[in-house]
Amino acid sequence: MSTTNGASKIPGQARNDSAVKLDYSSDQDVRWCPGCGDYSILKQVESVLAQQGKPKEEIVFISGIGCSSRFPYYLDTYGVHGIHGRAPAIASGLRSVRPELSVWMITGDGDALSIGGNHIIHLLRRNVDLNVLLFNNEIYGLTKGQYSPTSPEGAITRSTPMGSIDHPFNPLALCMGADASFVARSMDRDVKHLREVLLRADAHRGTSLVEIYQNCNVFNDGAFETFTEKATKPLHTVFVEHGKPLVFANGTKGIKLDGMTPAIVDLATGASLDHLWIHDERDAYKASILVRLFDDPGKEGAMPRPFGVFYVNGRHTHETKLNAQVAMAKEKKGPGDLDALLRGEHTWTIG
Amino acid sequence: MDTPVRTKPVEERSNVVILFAGDSGDGIQLTGTQFTDTNALFGNDVSTFPNYPAEIRAPQGTLAGVSGYQLHFGSVEIFTPGDQCDVLVAMNAAALKANLDKLKKGGTIIANSDGFDAKNLRLAGYPDGADPLGDGRLTNFTAHAIDITKMTRHALEGISLGMKEKDRSKNMFVLGFINWMYSRDNALTEGFLKRKFAKTPDLLDANLRALIAGHNYGETSETFTTRFEVHPAPMPKGTYRNITGNQGTALGLIAASQKAGLDLFYGSYPITPASDILHELSRHKNFGVKTFQAEDEIAAICASIGASYGGALGVTASSGPGIALKGEALGLACMLEIPLVVINVQRGGPSTGLPTKTEQADLWQAVHGRNGEAPIPVIAASTPTDCFDMVLEAARIAVEHMTPVIFLSDGYIANGAEPWRFPQSNDLEPIIPPLAKGPNDDGKFLPYLRDERGVRPWALPGMKGLQHRIGGLEKEDKTGNISYEPKNHERMVQLRAEKVARIADRFKPIRLDSGPDSGKLLIVGWGSTYGAIRTAALQLQKEGHSVAHVHLRHLFPFNKGLRPMLPRYEKVLVPEMNSGQLRQLLRAEYLVDAQGLNKIQGMPFTSEEIREAALKHLNA
Repeated sequence: MSTTNGASKIPGQARNDSAVKLDYSSDQDVRWCPGCGDYSILKQVESVLAQQGKPKEEIVFISGIGCSSRFPYYLDTYGVHGIHGRAPAIASGLRSVRPELSVWMITGDGDALSIGGNHIIHLLRRNVDLNVLLFNNEIYGLTKGQYSPTSPEGAITRSTPMGSIDHPFNPLALCMGADASFVARSMDRDVKHLREVLLRADAHRGTSLVEIYQNCNVFNDGAFETFTEKATKPLHTVFVEHGKPLVFANGTKGIKLDGMTPAIVDLATGASLDHLWIHDERDAYKASILVRLFDDPGKEGAMPRPFGVFYVNGRHTHETKLNAQVAMAKEKKGPGDLDALLRGEHTWTIG
Repeated sequence: MDTPVRTKPVEERSNVVILFAGDSGDGIQLTGTQFTDTNALFGNDVSTFPNYPAEIRAPQGTLAGVSGYQLHFGSVEIFTPGDQCDVLVAMNAAALKANLDKLKKGGTIIANSDGFDAKNLRLAGYPDGADPLGDGRLTNFTAHAIDITKMTRHALEGISLGMKEKDRSKNMFVLGFINWMYSRDNALTEGFLKRKFAKTPDLLDANLRALIAGHNYGETSETFTTRFEVHPAPMPKGTYRNITGNQGTALGLIAASQKAGLDLFYGSYPITPASDILHELSRHKNFGVKTFQAEDEIAAICASIGASYGGALGVTASSGPGIALKGEALGLACMLEIPLVVINVQRGGPSTGLPTKTEQADLWQAVHGRNGEAPIPVIAASTPTDCFDMVLEAARIAVEHMTPVIFLSDGYIANGAEPWRFPQSNDLEPIIPPLAKGPNDDGKFLPYLRDERGVRPWALPGMKGLQHRIGGLEKEDKTGNISYEPKNHERMVQLRAEKVARIADRFKPIRLDSGPDSGKLLIVGWGSTYGAIRTAALQLQKEGHSVAHVHLRHLFPFNKGLRPMLPRYEKVLVPEMNSGQLRQLLRAEYLVDAQGLNKIQGMPFTSEEIREAALKHLNA
């Protein structure tokens, strides 16, 4: 495989700006629109792979259909560009038979939550060990601009000229409902945070679901700008870290829990850090509240949108149990004897 | 075994068809399979046809709830479960009503008189005051009414079980009696019961007592003056077991995985009549079998594709409705060019159709049912034991030619059983996966660089330096990179088609099942119609007619020998349990004026139906 021809032919989208990352790029031209948030995510994934130095041949990227799902073509690893919504199933089958591989799944809001909604919830409950990067841009990009299952109510799109009447999914609440073992959120515009979250996701054994807010600058430009732009980011986001209080707005505000209800506290006027909600990523109850911080940022008194690793649970993976059963069966019955199997229990002989 | 107190005269029979019928909760299927196994073990040739309702427990006593198990056993070769029955065992009025037309004139009815009370007669839809056992409508038959319920209860006196539980043993009374009637002992079933009820001694005791009581009843009853004997059949020498089609399929898959040196991954969603394959395979994890009960049909096939991509033998199975859902993924597997076995145990369609009844109406779906031009080999099994051979063939083609393969079975052979002279594992040819050995183009690896058969190399994740990306988008020839170039697309469509067409090069020469190699009429069959066609063809040949029978296993691509064979007969008749799907494929491919015999009733052909149709064409 060539590792020298990684540079994109699209102006302004040069790749491989460091020697280390070069190694994981394929020889294919990247064909996302100039300015797409996907470039940043690709770069951070390459950076994480490079940082860990995993052998390329032991990595597999599996995707469905959509802009994000072109991802596997751009990496010099093994990869399957599957069919719409079915990447979770393809990845589950692969991991069942090859539990030693590093498997990444690339999907989008339409791929994972609309056509593949059934598969994603079953993937999460089974807890197949893979890293799921859910690129959420709240729009259908590849089909040119229809509303997606995460588009907000009222969204004006090509298929909703009078505004979307469908209530959107809260993707991470859905994941918590499906008993996901790793739930996190990051964004394309905060590369440092994204890289850290990806590293955590990769280290987790089980389905690591990372929702990534990704800007579609062609069909839904600025969908997340309140969370990503310097001017508004501090007031509208809260970055959570395990064991630390929920603080935002450059340290001037915090969040406390009134029973089950989160409330904003003004630290500038003397409220104490001690009363704040301390993030515990192992606490499923609190994580369920955290993912519910999902206000429209334009709403008066909106809670900030949380980012970071919300929930981690170390329960067994699907493939561990599957392979344990196979091992147990071999131990109990001995390795399969084909002749004994064909013979069965009752036989008779003629002649 | 109990010792007979008296000896009654024994009459010989060359073959017997017996139909056990009763409520779906009456244990009919168990009675049938036990009697089948006993006869098979004795050395008879056997063929069975379980026929049960779609509902798990349809309302008791109604026609909808009737479950049947038909067994044909003989001292001669047996090819079908039999057109008409010699004996009908009817556990209630509904069972009699639903099956009386299947009984031969002069046949024997054994009726459980307790199942003919006013309530049962009403539920079966008989008019008030009717007495089907006594009002003379059975004069063409020999009817015996026995109060099986009462005698079973009597035999079980003293056992601390409720009446309901005791009544559940009445199928064992029937079995014991039928064992007596056909000069069989209870040994096989006794062994079975001892294993099944090892942990529930009361139930074991009840079932054993009922079984013995039934046998003794035959011996002591004044009603039954004769018992019958069916000698062992002159089967080819060898060691046999009994097997259903679904069991044969499951074992064939395990054999294929062992012979290919690949772990078996079976992704499936429960569906009648395919689920028994999942049940069987999930019991054999010590062979490295991994079963995956997916969230739906699409996930089942996609997980199997993922497993194949990882280097396992990926298999998925379903019935028609599920195969419809798998259509898009079948196209993906065709584009990826990776091994995959897709099993369709056909049932009556369209839509949900007739879940527990049989049909051959998914042939077009198998051959054509995808978007774009996505050629996929199609193979069909003709008998329960043939399921083993043909699924092994399907897996061999899938692995060695890097392609999905559709294997067609159907409800009739999936649940039907016959004796199987099982092979030794050493007799089975190894399957050779075309694994990539390294870079194949001047130090580079081209995933779609084909060999002389048009087959691409199989590079598995983990193989160093062979990283590549594959997907459902059209690929550039050789490199596999995405390509929308017009000429390349046309070339790739042709290359995929040629690869599949060339699979026919490996098929063994086609041969007739019976009959002269030219003549008046050729009957072309496929799938589970085999037994009925064979029986009819042999009969017609015996009667002096110029009739031959060929049975197709390869439906796509066809065996190359078919083209020269067809014109050697004046007429071609294609019996199918559909409206003429193979007939149309043959007409399209060979411009032959094939005529159809079509039955779409959810029931298999009788050999007589085929014989009559053939005669019509012979005499026309």
